[in-house]
Amino acid sequence: MERMNGARILIECWRKEGVEVIFGYPGAATVDIHHALAESGLRFVLTRHEQAAVHAAEGYARSTGRPGVVLVTSGPGATNTITGLAGANMDSVPVLVFSGQVARMLIGNDAFQEVDIVGISRPVTKHNYLVMSTEELASTVKEAFYVATSGRPGAVLVDLPKDVIGGMAAFEYPKTINMRAYQPHLIPHPRQVAKAAELLRAAERPVVYAGGGVISSGASDVLLKLAEVLDIPVTTTLMGLGGFPGTHRLFLGMLGMHGTYRANMAVQDADLILAVGARFDDRVTGALGSFAPKATFIHIDVDTTSIHKILDADVPLVADARQALLAILDVLGAVPGYPKEARSLWHGMIAAWEKEHPLRVPNPGNGLIQPQAVVEALYKGTSGKAVIVTEVGQHQMWAAQFYPCQRPRQFISSGGLGVMGFGLPAALGAQVARPEATVIDIAGDGSILMNIQELATVAQERLPVKVAILNNRALGMVRQWQELFYGGNYAQTILDPSPDFVKLADAFGIRGLVAEKPSEVDAVIAEALAHPGPAIMDFRVDPSALVYPMVPAGKAIDEMLLQPADPPPAPGK
Amino acid sequence: MDNTNHDPQSDQPTRHTLSIQVDNRPGVLARVITLISGRGFNIDSLSVAQTMDPEISIITLIITGNPKIIQQIIKQLRKLVNVIKVTDLSFTDYVERQLVMVRVRAELPSNRSEIMRLCGIFRAKVVDVSLRNFALELTGGPGKIKAALGLFQAFGIDELVSTGPTAMTKSPSPKPANGSPKGKARKEK
Repeated sequence: MERMNGARILIECWRKEGVEVIFGYPGAATVDIHHALAESGLRFVLTRHEQAAVHAAEGYARSTGRPGVVLVTSGPGATNTITGLAGANMDSVPVLVFSGQVARMLIGNDAFQEVDIVGISRPVTKHNYLVMSTEELASTVKEAFYVATSGRPGAVLVDLPKDVIGGMAAFEYPKTINMRAYQPHLIPHPRQVAKAAELLRAAERPVVYAGGGVISSGASDVLLKLAEVLDIPVTTTLMGLGGFPGTHRLFLGMLGMHGTYRANMAVQDADLILAVGARFDDRVTGALGSFAPKATFIHIDVDTTSIHKILDADVPLVADARQALLAILDVLGAVPGYPKEARSLWHGMIAAWEKEHPLRVPNPGNGLIQPQAVVEALYKGTSGKAVIVTEVGQHQMWAAQFYPCQRPRQFISSGGLGVMGFGLPAALGAQVARPEATVIDIAGDGSILMNIQELATVAQERLPVKVAILNNRALGMVRQWQELFYGGNYAQTILDPSPDFVKLADAFGIRGLVAEKPSEVDAVIAEALAHPGPAIMDFRVDPSALVYPMVPAGKAIDEMLLQPADPPPAPGK
Repeated sequence: MDNTNHDPQSDQPTRHTLSIQVDNRPGVLARVITLISGRGFNIDSLSVAQTMDPEISIITLIITGNPKIIQQIIKQLRKLVNVIKVTDLSFTDYVERQLVMVRVRAELPSNRSEIMRLCGIFRAKVVDVSLRNFALELTGGPGKIKAALGLFQAFGIDELVSTGPTAMTKSPSPKPANGSPKGKARKEK
C-alpha cells in the first residue's frame, strides 16, 4: 500500500468515485489540496464566490445525475456554502462540499478562519463529517459519496483539518460500505404494489402527480409507459418538469400556486392521485383541507418521512420511484383493462378546462415586451432543446409555464429553498457538464445581481452560457403580491434604475444585447444563440405583467386568480 | 391503531419516552438534539450512556407533544445516518427509573429519625451526613420520586439534583401481531 499525504488521498478518492470536475475557491486551509490538484489532471472550476461553487455543483449534478463536488477553505469559505447546501439538500441533489478546517489542535481556539462548520451545517445537510485522522480519510470520503447519492440524495459536508490533509497514511480505497444505521429502503412492498395497481386500473378520474423523485430515480421512461398504458393524465411539480414530456397529450402542465388551470382543476376533481417522488409542498397543495377532496392517495417516496407528513396516504409505498413504477407496471401487464369510457369522459373534462383558460401570452395593447412572449421566443429559437436554468421569481414561473421541457434534467431550478442567485452559477455548472448543449439562464433583474460575479467564471472558463434577463425593474414576485394583496404598496421592491446590462457584460468580456420593443426580441435571441461565447440578453419587459393563474396563499388550488381578458384594440387603430 | 391513550390522530399533547439506539460517535447526540430543538420542541429530560456494545449508545429522551408530530419526529430521527433504532416506549410495557440526590434539612433530632424512617420506606440511601442535613440517594419511577420528594419537602430541601429517566422495555416483549404499529415500525427500519 502506497503511503501519501491527505491531499493526495482525497484526490485519489475523488478519482475512484469518478469525479471529473471540482468547483470551488482556494484558501490557506486548503492550499495543500490545490497544490496536489494542479498535477492531478482533474478539472477545477474557480468560481468567484463559494455560494456560487455549490450552486454550480448542483447544476452539474442535476444535469448529469452524478454528484457535484465542491472544495472550499475554512471559515468564511465554509460558511458561504450554507445556502447552497440547504438548497441542494431540500431539492434532494447529491452535492458534496469538502471544507478546509484549522489544524486539529487549534479547533475550538477561535483560530484564524475557524468556524464550527459541522455544527453550522448540521441542519441543512443530509449528513456531515469531521475527519479527525488521515487514516480514516478514505473510508469517510467513500461513506460521504454513498450517503449523498443513495436513498433520497442530498448534500453532505466533509470537514478536513489542515494537519489531516498534510498528514501521511497508507492509501487503500475501501471496496465496501458497512453502515449499520443507514440502509435506504428501495424495494417496494408487493402487497402495496398490488393495491396501487388495482386502484390505478379501476379509477375513473385518475391523475399522476410527479415530483423531482421521478427525475432523480431515472423513472421518466417508466412513468411515460404507465401513463400511456392506463391513459392517465400527468401533472408535475416545478421539480418534476421534464420528468414527463412537456408536449405530450397526457401532460397537464405544472400544478399548484402557479399551475395551469386544467392541472389544478383535474387534481381537485380526481378520484385517485398517484403521487410519485413528490412531497405535497404547500406551494402545490394550497389550502390543505380542500386539496383533492375526492381522491384516494397512492404515495410513492423513497423517504419514509415524506409519507403521511402532510397528507395521509391510502396506499403508502416506501421505495425508489423507478422500482415502484416498474413493479406496478409488472402487476398490470401489457394490456390492463380499465374503464375506457370513464377515462375518455375524464379527458373530455380536462380538454374543456384547457379550452376555458389556457396559458397564453397576454396582449394588454401597451406596446411593451410581454415576458411570457420572450420565453416563447426562446422556446422557438432553441426548438425546445435548450437546458433551461432559472433564478427565482416571476421569470421562474414563466419559464416553467412557457418552455415545455421534453426530457428529464432539462429544467433546473431552485425549488424547495427558492434561492435567488441560483441560476447563473447553476447554468455554468450545467454547461461544464454538457459542453455541447445550449444552456440558458432565464433570469430576473433582481436575481441575476445576486451572483453576477460568476460572469467572470463564465468568461475565464469560456462557457457559452446565455442569460436571458426578463428585466422589469422590480422584484416582480413580491411586487405581484403587493399589487394583488397589499393595495399596490410597492414597498422596497422597485429596482430602478437597473444597471446597464450591456455595459456590465462588456466589462466582463461578454456579449451584451438589449431588446426594448417586441419587434427586437427574435433578433436578439437569434444573435445571442449564434454567438459562440457567453451572452447576456436584456429584455426590457412590461413591468405590470403578472404570473397567472395564481392561487392566493391559504386558498384551495381551484380558487385561482386568472389572467384578465385582453382589452379590445383601441378604436380607429 | 393502538390501544394506549397515544392516539396518533389526537391533538392532545402526551408524554413520550423515546429510546434511541445510536452509533457511539462524536456529534450524534447533537444531531438528535438539533433535530428536535429545530422543530421548536422542548426536551423534558435526557439520559445517554453506552451499551454493552461500546459502539452503540442509547439515548433515552422524554418529550411532550401531539402524537402525530411525535410520529413525524420519530421518522425524522430514524432518517439520521447514525440512528440505528427508535422505539416509542409509550407504545410498550416498560420500566422507567431515575436517580435523584436530595439534601434534606435535618437539624431537629426528631426530624432526623423521621427522615431515616422515610428512607426505609422509599429505599433511599444516606450518602452524606452533617449536623444540618442529610444527603439522600433515591431511585425509582416518576410516581415514587414525586411521592418521596413531596414528603421530604416538609422538612425543607436545600438542594436537589436529578438524572433524566432512563427506560427499558419489559422482557421479552411479546411477538407483535401482524400489522400492529410496532411490527410496522420494525419493517420500516
